[in-house]
Amino acid sequence: MIQVNGLTKDYGARRAIDNLTFDAEQGEIVGFLGPNGAGKTTTMRILTGYMPPTDGSATVAGYDIVDESLEVRKRVGYLPETVPLYNDMTALEYLKFMADLRKIPNSEDRAYETLETVNLHERANSFIGNFSKGMRQRIGLAQALIHRPEVLILDEPTIGLDPAQVVEMRNVIREIGKDRTVLLSTHILSEAQQICDRVLIINKGKIVAEDTPENLQSRLVGSQRVVLRVRGESDELPAKVSKVKGVRDVEAKADGSVEFEFSAGQDVRPQVAKAVIQAGFDLLEMRPIGLSLEEIFLELTRDNANGKKA
Amino acid sequence: MRNIWTIAKREYDHYFITPIAYVVAFVVLLILGFIFFAVIQSASQSALYGYPSVPDLTVLMWWFAFLLMFGTPALTMRLLAEEARSGTIELLLTAPIRDYELVIGKWLGSFLFILTLVAATLIYPIMLNGIVIGSFTVLTPMVSPGIDRQLLLSSYIGLILVAASFLALGVGISAVFTNQIAAFFVSLITFLGLFFLIGIPANLVPSGGEFFNYMVMRTHFDGAFNMGSIKLTDVVYFLSLIALGLFTGTTAVEIRRWR
Repeated sequence: MIQVNGLTKDYGARRAIDNLTFDAEQGEIVGFLGPNGAGKTTTMRILTGYMPPTDGSATVAGYDIVDESLEVRKRVGYLPETVPLYNDMTALEYLKFMADLRKIPNSEDRAYETLETVNLHERANSFIGNFSKGMRQRIGLAQALIHRPEVLILDEPTIGLDPAQVVEMRNVIREIGKDRTVLLSTHILSEAQQICDRVLIINKGKIVAEDTPENLQSRLVGSQRVVLRVRGESDELPAKVSKVKGVRDVEAKADGSVEFEFSAGQDVRPQVAKAVIQAGFDLLEMRPIGLSLEEIFLELTRDNANGKKA
Repeated sequence: MRNIWTIAKREYDHYFITPIAYVVAFVVLLILGFIFFAVIQSASQSALYGYPSVPDLTVLMWWFAFLLMFGTPALTMRLLAEEARSGTIELLLTAPIRDYELVIGKWLGSFLFILTLVAATLIYPIMLNGIVIGSFTVLTPMVSPGIDRQLLLSSYIGLILVAASFLALGVGISAVFTNQIAAFFVSLITFLGLFFLIGIPANLVPSGGEFFNYMVMRTHFDGAFNMGSIKLTDVVYFLSLIALGLFTGTTAVEIRRWR
């Protein structure tokens, strides 16, 4: 549905994105992961027909983004990072306007249906200017969904939402992503892990890694680090844990918890749990510590510096 | 075409929820009301002194054109500048509409608002002529056998062309700026220049003064339409200004994409 080939964009002397190549299939949720200024928004703006690329080409839903921009725009729903809303319109008026721009018949009915999809129909006649951040984000999503597009491009869809709204937004995106192509950007790794089928990591305008979230992490990590917590005294715990086969790098933390590592592929957590309980400890917690995005970047850039391909 | 209409309709509706449009309409209609009063006053005064005359509506029309010069920048300043500032331009530029449809739609919306304002001033000639609704004579004619309708029509056509030109240039200027106030003042200065000032160099340059004289908007309205003369050269002048404004606007939007 989305095919990007050697896409490059220069802002004056600065190269915002450099020779990007990737694709996305129908029914796939692809996450664009990267720090601020990595080129995520620029790529999305090019794919939605907002601005032309300096070089390279891309097709969306089978149409060229430069030569057939209008056809592309008809088939793409786009939620920009700063949600573009008219504060002086009501939710319903706004969506009706968007539906009219898309030449949807019975635009008011469609506007109301879409409000129901994002669960805002009870506020249909409220002015957007009075909406909370979460509601604004949802109406922005409604605007992107109103013409039932084949491709949905969402720029930081969960930014600024409270935790409950984040969960809700992710559920909506997953639901949409079942039969449509979704390209979303985020700088939160766990978010990408939770909703995306595939993750593209982009840094300084270049794709530094591309894989499923699970593969990406295990490939980068090679080993998994786990934190362990028990009730009461834990002085002897590190010694007990170290005895389990496959456990490495045992480290007692100041707060009484213990961290250890094991190689990816041979999960020793059941054995560790058994050993801890047999030693008479009350096991309270055992949880994997994921790599943060920063660590992944450090990892990837280090690999690149050594001439290896990440 | 439908896209133009969708944009225009939103802008037209928007004027009715913004104070600035009401302020413009109020001030313009208030001043025109005073002028109308003065026109009638002067006609009746001169009749008293034995020089019968009719109330001269072209004075009113001249003032209307003059007021539009100040009013239209306030109506066009936010049209594209505000979209750029608030980021909603991203919505419009990724919607399946062409850049010129966006610009023409914005212009058409403001033009329809001005037409509404112009329509409100029809009350003056109607009052002068007297109106009869059903069997009730609401007003007796002040002017007998009635005002010069052809002159009035010509004046109104000219006035509408003046408004359309100002609005088109205003939309074009609004597309260049992201700040409404900047768009307002640049529009105002442009209109002032175009209405009178551009004629000044005509007397200073040794040759080519005709060009500057031709560019003065006032002569194309006051010296033509408002005297009952509809000439192709004046029509072309106004249509060129409209085209220039809309072209500037479209180009500015396109440049925004490339930045």
